[in-house]
This record gives sequence, structure tokens and C-alpha cells, in this order.
Amino acid sequence: CLRALNGQPPAAPTPRVVEREEEEEDEELTLKYGAKHVIMLFVPVTLCMVVVVATIKSVSFYTQNDGQRLIYTPFPEDTDTVGQRALNSILNATIMITVIIVMTLVLVMLYKYRCYKVIQGWLFLSSLLLLFFFSYIYLKEVFKTYNLAMDYITLAIIIWNFGVVGMMCIHWKGPLRLQQAYLIMISALMALVFIKYLPEWTAWLILAVISVYDLLAVLCPKGPLRILVETAQERNEPIFPALIYSSTMVWLVNMADTDRPNRNSTEAASPQQEPQEVASPVPSSPSQDDGGFTQSWVSQQEHRLGPLQSTEETRREIQQMPSARPPVEEDDEERGVKLGLGDFIFYSMLVGKASATASGDWNTTLACFVAILIGLCLTLLLLAIFKKALPALPISIFFGLVFYFATDNLVRPFMDKLALHQFYI
Amino acid sequence: MTAAVFFGCTFIAFGPAIALFLFTIAREPLRVIFLIAGAFFWLVSLLLSSLVWFISVQISNKESAAQQKGLLIFGVVLSVLLQETFRFAYYKLLKKANEGLLTLSQEETMPISIRQLAYVSGLGFGFMSGAFSVVNILADSAGPGTVGIHGDSQHYFLSSAFMTMAIILLHMFWGVVFFDACEKQRWWAVGAVVISHLLVSCLTFQNPEYVASLVPTYVILFLMGVWAFYSAGGSLRNLKLCLTCKDKDLLLANHRPR
Repeated sequence: CLRALNGQPPAAPTPRVVEREEEEEDEELTLKYGAKHVIMLFVPVTLCMVVVVATIKSVSFYTQNDGQRLIYTPFPEDTDTVGQRALNSILNATIMITVIIVMTLVLVMLYKYRCYKVIQGWLFLSSLLLLFFFSYIYLKEVFKTYNLAMDYITLAIIIWNFGVVGMMCIHWKGPLRLQQAYLIMISALMALVFIKYLPEWTAWLILAVISVYDLLAVLCPKGPLRILVETAQERNEPIFPALIYSSTMVWLVNMADTDRPNRNSTEAASPQQEPQEVASPVPSSPSQDDGGFTQSWVSQQEHRLGPLQSTEETRREIQQMPSARPPVEEDDEERGVKLGLGDFIFYSMLVGKASATASGDWNTTLACFVAILIGLCLTLLLLAIFKKALPALPISIFFGLVFYFATDNLVRPFMDKLALHQFYI
Repeated sequence: MTAAVFFGCTFIAFGPAIALFLFTIAREPLRVIFLIAGAFFWLVSLLLSSLVWFISVQISNKESAAQQKGLLIFGVVLSVLLQETFRFAYYKLLKKANEGLLTLSQEETMPISIRQLAYVSGLGFGFMSGAFSVVNILADSAGPGTVGIHGDSQHYFLSSAFMTMAIILLHMFWGVVFFDACEKQRWWAVGAVVISHLLVSCLTFQNPEYVASLVPTYVILFLMGVWAFYSAGGSLRNLKLCLTCKDKDLLLANHRPR
């Protein structure tokens, strides 16, 4: 999900008149900075989608059906009847969602009983797997597609460097752009894995169910994530760091007391783990529901403002009320946004699936792309209006799905006929 | 077909639009957002018109080619009318949003003027329209094949590219004129925009006689361009000042000394 960090113009000496001016300035600045935040999210989301679509279109490996399936989606979709296929896909989606819920609960349990080492080690292993193994497979397939020869020694050196620099950037320190690039790359890799290994109807169903789950988890009062954050709040400590895309360097603020910029560790490695391991207690839903928001930051905010009703509300309030907030960042001018990698992954998965399977080809891909961006924009707008907790997935995924099916079935025949006669509308 | 055809047609079709985007829109976040929102509105209008066309095809006689062509023409006209309706709806939405923002911020000036919005929304419509018309054709042009092997025109790709460029620029001009006309309550101008859009679409019914369809389209493009220039506040004097680098407002805006 979405979080924005809005700074505050410095407090002026004379209270009343200046306060009002500040408020006006705030509104104007909020609008301008709100637009800037939206663009700061558009660019990485677009880049991730472009990488995924480019790979799908050129490397055939990710669209081939090798007959392999994930352990989480055991039912095949190449059945004889449509009814059987529908049933199989529903069962697959149910299993996947159950796995995600179970993993979240396990995570909450681990956190409650203070098994921090387990969680951190596991996240570390997840990002290791992603940066080395999956990128090796990706590189191998790209070489196969373009018929390039490379010896294993060079390949090993390349993968080693790529992986180690990635681990450093994500878990420790690194230049901001490089870190953002790595986060985009691993989101794209994860989305590609999903596109390859999830059968078609299962994938659409999972997308729909995930966004419904996201919606429920944010708006209903009894989610495991809420327990997680409330526990962290009680203990007054930062929760394990999450994997989120950040547009500015804001780590010092969150970790002022622990001296460790651990805002970026592999919490969205959770979805990556799913294809490979059965019983790994990876926190998949945090990355999908709240996008791995910096729990530490939220708990810090809650500590300052007092207990609030739900974390997501806190998040949204924090995003949307710059005038009520003490400055969160060291630098008042620097305002950043964070978006969870789970959101990146599912957006890219939708667009990638659209470009892989749609017979309308580029029209469908374009339509889904625009729909997702507008959904993101609307989500931010709704947040600004309602100042309430809203997840980032539902609106975008809903628009994306509607536009995918509508464009593929309705617009494609129309545009094909027009192109045939070269009529322009 | 060769890479030259692919790149050539891509740049013909999208070159001016991308240049406009890069130089005037890319740096301003608000404009980019309204551009994408404009593209979305065009997409929704296309969806609705495709829905109507699809339903009409399903209930019609699929064997009769004449009827199918008639339905297609009906689809084109309906699509044009829906596009203009959605342009008007976008205008209304932007006016409401602007008013809301104005009252919120209690400031004299809005962060983005209605003229900029007209330009940006027109370009958004244009981008989406052009992309949907031509991207599949461009993708095919990068693949193998021979153009016009069955006796069709050999200039298919080139004419598509030129037509797309005209359509994108036309949408931009239509946007500017339309919004200006709505602002000043000049409904005859709105009607003129709708009629010129219908005219351009109907001209394409003459394809593949490209001379008959492209030349009038470009004439209309030029005329609409001049009209949009004047309705956006341009004049010969402004133009002269701008071109000889003596326009103080423009120089101030770009922080350049005279």
C-alpha cells in the first residue's frame, strides 16, 4: 500500500496570521507535492511494467507452458470441460490465498514470540534467492533468446557482482537510484515468475481475490496485520524492516534510535518464496496488503499521536494531514513516497499477463497500463479526500481487470475491423 | 518489413506528439496526471462505443458484408460523437475540480490554468487515439511480410503513420478550441469541432485512396491549428515577438535575459 511522508514548513514566530497563511500554503503545497508524489510513483511503476512487458514480448520462456506448476496451484487448467477448468482455477486461487493468510499468521506468531532472528534471517535468504537464482535464470533465458554465447566464468562473475551489490543496496546502504533500480528489477523478476507459473484463469482469480483481501484487511478491524502493528506499538519498538520502494532517502528518520537503516529488507521476498518452498513462514501478505510500510515509522507516529484505530488509517492520516503533523523528516524540503513492492509485483503481473495472453496485443496492454495508473491516481485522490485507510491494490486491479476483459472482447474486434478498412475514429 | 519502416513510421506518427510531451508537459507533474486522465477518458469512450457496436453486430446478420460495413460506419460515427461527449464531460469535471481546488486553497491563482488543461487533455486524447490506431500496425511492420502482396496499396504503413500524426495533432487542437468555446459559451464553435471530427473520420472511409483522405485531413489540420492558435490567445504580433526573442513574458518564464 501507499505511504507518503509530508514534511512541514517550519513554524513561524507569530502564531495566528502566519498559521493561516501556513495553512493556505500547505494546501497549495499539498496539491503540488501531491501531484509530485503521484509522478514519483508513476515512474517506477511504469518502468517495472515496461521491463515485464519487454521481457514477455521477447523472451518466450516466460510464456511457454512447460507443464510445471507451483506447489500452491496443483490443479491443472488444461482440462476437457470449461466447468472443470473453472473449478480447478477456483481451487487453485483458494489454496494460494489460504497459504498467504497462513503465512501472515505465522509471521504474527513469530513476531509475538520475539523470534526476530528467524524472521530477519529468512528475509535475507529470500532476497538472496531472488537476486542470485532468479536473475541467473533470467539472464540465461535472455542469452538463449538472442543466441549469445557466454562462458560460465564470466557469467559467474556477473551474477556474483549483481547479487552482492543488490544485497548491499537493499539491506544496507547504497546510492538511491541504484537501490530503486534493484527494487524495480526484483519486482519485475517476481512478477515474471508469477506470470510463468500461474495458469491463466488462476492468475486472474488470484488478482481479484488479492485485491478483495487487501480491501477487507484494511477496512475490517480484525486483521493479523493490525495485531502485528499493535504488538509493535505496545513494545514500542520497530517491527522487522519491510521491503518498500522509497523515492527519497528517509531512513535516518525512522532508525534514529537504532542507527541501522533497516527499512529495506526483504519482506516482499515472501511472494518469491512461495514458488520454491512449501512451508516457509514468509510474510507474504504484508507486502501485498500494506506494501510493507515502514512499521517502525508508523509506530513512531502512533507513539507521538497516541493510539489510532488502525494502522492503515494511521498511514493515510500521516500521508494526508501535513498541517497536523510534526516534521517527520530531517529535511523539510524533501518529501518522499513509499509504495510496497507487493503492489509493484501485482500491477506488473496484470500488465504482463495482459500482454502475454491477450489476442488484442498492444491495445489491451496499453489499456491495462492506463487503467492501473489511473487507479493509482484515484487511490491517492480518495486518500486526500477521505483521509482514511485505503489499500493501493483494489482500485487499480479492478480497473485493470475491467479494462483487460472489455478491451480484449469488445474493443479488439472493433479496432481490428477499423484497421482492416483503415477507418480512423 | 524492415526496421527502417518500423522506426520511420513510429517517428512519423508519434514524433511531434512526443516532442510536445517532452518539452512542455514532462516536467510538470500536474500536467502529466491530467494527460493520463485525458487518455483514460478517451479509452472509456472507446469502450462504450465498442460495446454498442458489438451488441449491434451480434444481433445483425453476420453474413451480409454490406450490413457489416454499414454497422462499422455507424460504429465510427457513434464513436466520434461519444469521444466529443467525453471531452465535454472531462471539461465539466476539470471545471468542478478547479473550483474545488480554488476554494480549498483560498488563493487567487490556480496551479494550472484552463488553457493548459485544454492543451494537455487534447494531447491525452490524441496520444491514446493515435496509440490505439497505430501500435498494432507498427508491431506488424517490424515482423516479416510483404506489403500489398494481394494487390492492396503498398503505402499502407506510411499512410497510417501520417494519418495518425494528423489525428493526434487534431485532437490537441480540438481540445484547445473546444474548451475555449465552452468557457465562452460559444456553442457554434463546439458544434464546429464535432463536425470537423466527423468530417475527418468520414474522409477516411475513402481509404485506400490516400490522396482523397490525407490531403483534406491535413488542410483541416492546418485550419484547426490556426483556429486553436488564435483561441489560445496567440496573434501575429505575439508570434513575431516570440520568434525574434523579444517577448518579455516568454523570456521571463524561461529565465533568459533578452
